[in-house]
Amino acid sequence: MRIALLSDIHANLEALTTCLAHARDNGASRYAFLGDLVGYGADPRGVVDVVSRYVKEGALAVKGNHDEAIEEDAKGYFNDAARAAIDWARDSLDDEQKRFLATLPLMLREGDICFVHASAASPARWNYIDSGSEAQHCIDATDATYTFCGHLHDQALYFTTGQGRMHEFRPIPGTPIPVRDHRRWLAIVGTVGQPRDRNPAAAYTMFDREREEVTFHRVAYDAGAAADKIRKCGLPGSLAYRVELGI
Amino acid sequence: MLERFAPGAQLDGFVVGECIHAGGNAFIYKATPPPERDHGFPVVLKVPAIGRAQPTIAIESFEMEEMIHPLLSGSHVPRFVSAGDLSATPYVAMEYVDGESLTAIIARAPVPLDEVVRIGGALADAVSSVHTQEVIHLDIKPENFILRRDGLAVLLDFGFAHHARYPDLLAERQHFAAGSSPYVSPEQLRNDRSDPRSDLFALGVLLYELATGTQPFGAPTTYAGMRDRLWRAPPPPRAIAAEIPPWLQEIILRCLEPAAESRYQSAAHLAFDLRHPEQVPLTDRATRTQVGALSQIGHWWRSRRERPASLRNAGIQAPVIMVAIDTNHPDDERHPALQWTTRQIVSLNPEFRLLCVSVISAAPLGEGATDNETASGRHLQHVLRLRQWIEPLKLPTSRRSLHVIESASAGDTLLELARANNVNLIVLGAPWPKQKKLAWLRSVASNVAANAQCSVHIVRVLRTPHRPV
Repeated sequence: MRIALLSDIHANLEALTTCLAHARDNGASRYAFLGDLVGYGADPRGVVDVVSRYVKEGALAVKGNHDEAIEEDAKGYFNDAARAAIDWARDSLDDEQKRFLATLPLMLREGDICFVHASAASPARWNYIDSGSEAQHCIDATDATYTFCGHLHDQALYFTTGQGRMHEFRPIPGTPIPVRDHRRWLAIVGTVGQPRDRNPAAAYTMFDREREEVTFHRVAYDAGAAADKIRKCGLPGSLAYRVELGI
Repeated sequence: MLERFAPGAQLDGFVVGECIHAGGNAFIYKATPPPERDHGFPVVLKVPAIGRAQPTIAIESFEMEEMIHPLLSGSHVPRFVSAGDLSATPYVAMEYVDGESLTAIIARAPVPLDEVVRIGGALADAVSSVHTQEVIHLDIKPENFILRRDGLAVLLDFGFAHHARYPDLLAERQHFAAGSSPYVSPEQLRNDRSDPRSDLFALGVLLYELATGTQPFGAPTTYAGMRDRLWRAPPPPRAIAAEIPPWLQEIILRCLEPAAESRYQSAAHLAFDLRHPEQVPLTDRATRTQVGALSQIGHWWRSRRERPASLRNAGIQAPVIMVAIDTNHPDDERHPALQWTTRQIVSLNPEFRLLCVSVISAAPLGEGATDNETASGRHLQHVLRLRQWIEPLKLPTSRRSLHVIESASAGDTLLELARANNVNLIVLGAPWPKQKKLAWLRSVASNVAANAQCSVHIVRVLRTPHRPV
């Protein structure tokens, strides 16, 4: 079974459809969406519709902090541009779409795999896994062999070393990495719709459970089109710029 | 898992034969493969010593080997056959390499100069081959090299290796001296397992041993003892064996520099220098006769500042570039274009080696009385033309070398030279534009482009064709 892990789509329909097609062409038979379907981008409705259709067909999805912020009484800090995009998305989404986001779980388990947007250690606090010790906190909270998360936008792979600590590895896209199950692994799968490493290409990750292999992908898509849509719907220009340049 | 297999035992379809090595981390058995894994070459099984009483490093080491070995190709590594699952029957099956272990050769060191050069070049070729496949060995020592009968060196044991594309399961091993203490590099002693120049340090130790019969830093048994090499310069080889030429001392001491950036930046460059002693630029390393206090301080100071090297595209970061120059036609209008391209290419690379090659016909053009018409006079004339060609690029002589070769087949000679010197890129001119279309198929450029094992850059003079009104 090959499972495609897609996170931080951020209302970028162009990036999402490109990644889904790439995953299908590469043999994905399951899909997991790791949160932040909305925010920043111009297509919250389109993205929520695609994801909810996949979920009806058996895909997994968890909630991200931007999805939570759609709820009326949501708290949490966002910068002005991000706040504007969330307010605009709240007005754009219909009740059914909002209900879909509101009922997403914070975390899911399937066999020895854990899916979560931020950290499995108190997922509602949206902590970033930006170090070996944060990764350690995350895996200490469950007994999962494999943990997949998003929230941070750069792809990373953490693994337990002989010393029992989590060690960070920066993966190289397109290289299948053996991830044997006698060891514990945590992957930050990358962002579909909002890359920030000066490379606008969409990011997602594929996991092959039988072969014990994880492959990080970067996929070129029409970022210009996604940016134009952001400009046309009146969202802050900086959001368009970020998508175009990947910053 | 610790008990040894008796001959005749079965392991994942293999029939176990004689045990040819029983080391701390693994047993190695000759074996007969099952028909579906019989590729027509003899096979050995490496069975790791994994058990309750064993340290977990044996597991990590097995995982690294199982991950890295199948990715490696070429004749400098044993061919990989299969690996057994870690949880059931961990083993790696690979080609049995027939030849002499470097251990046996080192045991009779010092060996004659020509043997140091021949063996050293072979070892550097093997390391270069592995480095260009994005792998650092990190456990270079005599036991891990086999010299085949044809002179080729084969590198064994990738259990401590590092691959640029894979997580390094041994990354956090504190005070981890991969293999044996005489060969471990200063970077490894600082827990940095990502610098390919660590392997060049170990090669330097091997060259030192081959040339002098002694180990430059001894075989310390404590971590503090190993750290000596971070600041202590080894006795110059010529102080031990005066017959060692200065150029070889230069090469060896350059490999043993505590700061990786002061060493050779690629194994291919080291192999090249070993094979072209006349081209080795000599520094104070060549003439050092003892370990002076000043050089000691310099040694220590240099070791403090480190610029890390990346393994990815190792060959491309410190490339060996070969440019073919037609010195038979020094006024050819293609020369400026070739020069311009060469300048562009070398300016992109802070560290490179440029081979300037001219292939001239073997037979003298005619009988004559002047120097220019004798064979050696003619040779010299072409060397001078090569020098004239390269002069405007203002390259230090340590970066470039001049080669005039007599041969009837320029293409084959260039290909052979490129292979022998681990060349990454060949630059050469397209056939003369006035020649007919068919000329391309017969040209040196098409032969080289079609048959080279590396990249080929073909240079043309840009011209606007004449269009009749």
